[in-house]
Amino acid sequence: MAQPIIEIRHLTKTFGTGDTAVTALEDINLEVRAGEIFGIIGLSGAGKSTLVRCMNLLERPTSGSVVVDGQELTALTEAQLRKARRSITMIFQGFHLLMQRTVLHNVCFPMELSGVPKARQRQRALELLELVGLADKAEAYPAQLSGGQKQRVAIARALATDPKVLLCDEATSALDPNTTASILELLKDLNRKLGVTVVVITHQMSVIEEICSRVAILDGGVIAEQGEVEDIFSNPRTEIGRQLVYPSCVRIAQLPASRVIRLAFNGGSSYEPLIASLAIDCGVKVNILGADTRNMDGRAFGTMLLGLPQDPGEAAKALEYIRCQPNITVEEVEHHA
Amino acid sequence: MLDTISGFFAEYGQILGQGTVDTLIMTVVSTILAYVIGLPLGVLLVITQPHGIWPHKWLNRALGWIINVGRSLPFIILMLAIMDFTKLLVGTKVGIRGAVVPLVVSAAPFIARLVETSLSEVDAGVVEAAQSMGASTFQIVWKVYLPEARPSLTLGGSISIITILAYTAIAGCVGAGGLGDLAIRYGYQRKVPSMMLATVVLIVIFVQIIQSVFSWLSKAIDKRLK
Repeated sequence: MAQPIIEIRHLTKTFGTGDTAVTALEDINLEVRAGEIFGIIGLSGAGKSTLVRCMNLLERPTSGSVVVDGQELTALTEAQLRKARRSITMIFQGFHLLMQRTVLHNVCFPMELSGVPKARQRQRALELLELVGLADKAEAYPAQLSGGQKQRVAIARALATDPKVLLCDEATSALDPNTTASILELLKDLNRKLGVTVVVITHQMSVIEEICSRVAILDGGVIAEQGEVEDIFSNPRTEIGRQLVYPSCVRIAQLPASRVIRLAFNGGSSYEPLIASLAIDCGVKVNILGADTRNMDGRAFGTMLLGLPQDPGEAAKALEYIRCQPNITVEEVEHHA
Repeated sequence: MLDTISGFFAEYGQILGQGTVDTLIMTVVSTILAYVIGLPLGVLLVITQPHGIWPHKWLNRALGWIINVGRSLPFIILMLAIMDFTKLLVGTKVGIRGAVVPLVVSAAPFIARLVETSLSEVDAGVVEAAQSMGASTFQIVWKVYLPEARPSLTLGGSISIITILAYTAIAGCVGAGGLGDLAIRYGYQRKVPSMMLATVVLIVIFVQIIQSVFSWLSKAIDKRLK
């Protein structure tokens, strides 16, 4: 098992004091391993953004410890903390670029803060813009860019100080599905190429599914469950886990089939009539128990729950068929009818 | 008609020219000095707020209180009230030097509020992003707040200059010189209507020019509009 790069122990965060105090996070324990893409998912108000801000101490925990790359952040002085933040950078839902600076100077900004010589700043910034595919926009201003391009600039900026950890606070929530897919692809790519550990905060299960290896589900300021993404997906143990994993309005305990599978459409062609093809090609009839799918520019996104036939042979055939489809992931759902 | 105009300029041209120069000097010098004081005060007002980047509750309250006192005094009363202080500082109560002191004292709190408003418009998320990159308080002020607020600060600049220009006319009451002084002494006391008209026209022209130039500048430097 890889070394944890972020280790959070017994973290509690309370806003306000006395009668008006609100506990945003309670006894949070989690580890993020070096080099992985870790997801934190929850509904709005669950405390995701507060939790991610505790990882670089933009929010100071009320109690508990936050160790990043071997340093206990809560014990650092202001100056030490500022230095530590260069290796724990962040991107945001709203991009937060400096609107009065060119793209190039936005990427130079963190290097400017840490006193990197001008020529070196420029050279590094151009390299990074190349890396995120925006070399031709170096002299443009953020107002001239699309949302996806702005997020790419923000990513380049976040990488300028060679961070060990990249925190992504709802980084794709303001983007359309196609742009979201391309930004996620970029994050995955950077994780692979640079070895940077990525922590993704999101309310979209599809984001977790697309890039994360492990996930923590946050609900009402506590971690409801955490583990490998496949485990959580195939067998969510908590109510909130089921709510996030399954399409809305499906009560898993009441499903009328004995074997249930969950399909996730990850942007494959929506012109492929999967269920009909399954019936025609395999002669297997499956039952759609619930679906929450969207068609965006001819690409399918979302999830679907299918009840498999009682016959084990037919069920296996159907499962095999679906597994061979591109851009669809399948998990069997454990449930007790 | 032309004779009247050339006659007026033959008689008063020189003092009108001198008055114009005096007004412009008073306005420009006072504006610059008022910004030297008002700009840092405005920055402090923003960063010392409870959710600012350098929270200091009591400093924030004290500053707010002092600025409110400065702003609540009408200029003419403030000017008379601090005359001894003016004399102490620049050695005279009259003339351009005597006028600059009360002009600065009066305009600085006003400018502090304008600056506060401009900086408050800077996206809090951008400030947070800078913090997340390890920017110090000074770096955030110098590299985020001031540059990001530049277009708005520029517009505020036109309001400040025009306000100070108006104050210089009031300062004319007590021997500050300038167009206000001419309007009072010649236009009002000696009943020279053409002098009254000339000063009014000149001041209106100045205000129009200042406003146009600053509005244009504010747009020209704003990279959000491109």
